[in-house]
Amino acid sequence: MSGIVGYGSYIPKYRIKPDEIARVWGEDAENIRNGIFVLSKSVPSPDEDVITISVEAARSAVKRAKIKSSDIGAIYIGSESHPYAVKPTATVVSAALGCDFPLFAADYEFACKAGTAAMQNVKAMVDSGVIKYGLAIGSDTSQGAPGDALEYTASAGGTAFIIGKERSIAEINGTLSVTSDTPDFWRREGQPYPSHGERFTGEPAYFRHTLTASRLMMEKMGTKPSDYNYAVFHQPNGKFPTRAAKTLGFTEAQYNDGLLTPYIGNTYSGAMMTGLSAILDKAKPGERILAVSFGSGAGSDAFDLTVTEEILKMDRHAAPTISDMLADVKWIDYAVYAKFKKKIVLGEDVE
Amino acid sequence: MGELSRIWRESEHRYRLMGNRCGNCNRVFFPIRAVCPHCHRESIGKMKPMELSGRGEIVSFTIVHDTPPSFVRQRPYALALIKLDEGPVLTGQIVDAENDSIEMGKRVRSVFRKIGEDGKSGIIQYGYKFVLE
Ligand SMILES: [Zn+2]
Repeated sequence: MSGIVGYGSYIPKYRIKPDEIARVWGEDAENIRNGIFVLSKSVPSPDEDVITISVEAARSAVKRAKIKSSDIGAIYIGSESHPYAVKPTATVVSAALGCDFPLFAADYEFACKAGTAAMQNVKAMVDSGVIKYGLAIGSDTSQGAPGDALEYTASAGGTAFIIGKERSIAEINGTLSVTSDTPDFWRREGQPYPSHGERFTGEPAYFRHTLTASRLMMEKMGTKPSDYNYAVFHQPNGKFPTRAAKTLGFTEAQYNDGLLTPYIGNTYSGAMMTGLSAILDKAKPGERILAVSFGSGAGSDAFDLTVTEEILKMDRHAAPTISDMLADVKWIDYAVYAKFKKKIVLGEDVE
Repeated sequence: MGELSRIWRESEHRYRLMGNRCGNCNRVFFPIRAVCPHCHRESIGKMKPMELSGRGEIVSFTIVHDTPPSFVRQRPYALALIKLDEGPVLTGQIVDAENDSIEMGKRVRSVFRKIGEDGKSGIIQYGYKFVLE
């Protein structure tokens, strides 16, 4: 069996409030805040992208795992905002970490669940003895079209997990996936902003996949909601994961610690993984976690984890915790946000 | 292609702050030196690669208002001389800070950021910048 031996997250420092976005587009801020339950979202600086976020998260994971970068045998990175269309994010991350030349690596794509697909793949490689340790990252700097509802939530951040057999702080007891062809959200090649099929977003997409994967996971493990100390789900806004949790029979005490979207927005591929990272920041030996991602298109990956005694030996403050990153913020207005996110296009002789 | 080759050659020390240490006098260099300028011939074969911690303090800084094109969205930005704990002094941008909070003697640590990009279709350069601790 294998599990998480190191974890690290990165959330950019800049934040914008939905009130500020609503002010510009003439919408009712309170309505929006209550409708999606997002109080602020993270914004990447102009010099941050999926590669820099992945490197920061991965370096934190390596620090906590206390392993050598040369022990990492595979790097898989899930995102829908890789900086290059052709040239893998994983190549730059491996160089920035100082990994060895013999290395399995690729970038993954499956909307917001590409990072958890990477976790499953790395776990399979560890379990089969192909590699000793593998790095799985989910990271995004997602874009919502100006004026679109997604603009209130689309944010930036990422999380890296090192998976291995030795000294795991959280054993992965099992994992499974569900997949279907659902037109809820997509982006065509070359288009800067995604499109969404409004009537598919909720029930047929997010809820059907998330709830089914959660139920199948509990069925497979022979567990029920009360067996878990924590439950964390994909969180495109603050409302969906809360409703999914309640529908399944989880209480606020179980889902609160992993619910970060109200403070940082939807980090897409980073969302569920960063929620899990926040749980690992405080988890104690013996505690059990249900973690379920969702990716549009659509599919869900479910994980059942048990925290081990090893977590007491880890210096969790060797890298910034999620609460550190929630506390250290810089507020910006819509004009700065538009400049940072390149929603303002400069002349060719200026930039 | 000359520029691309230079970027590629320098990527290891820009990505990971790879310097080297003289095995004779223990001085640390960044960027790396083929021979120690103090020990000369004594250092031949004794220069060892070393990843620097990225921690240090600001010894001098300036606020740049007249920026190159790739820094327009970060204007005005702070450029500092930083003395790393291992000894070497290097130049780096200070990010995520109010420019009036930057002072000589303040502690910094390195972060991995985008340094620039060659237009909309060219290569993206990455490397070290610094944040206040
Ligand atoms: Zn010397």
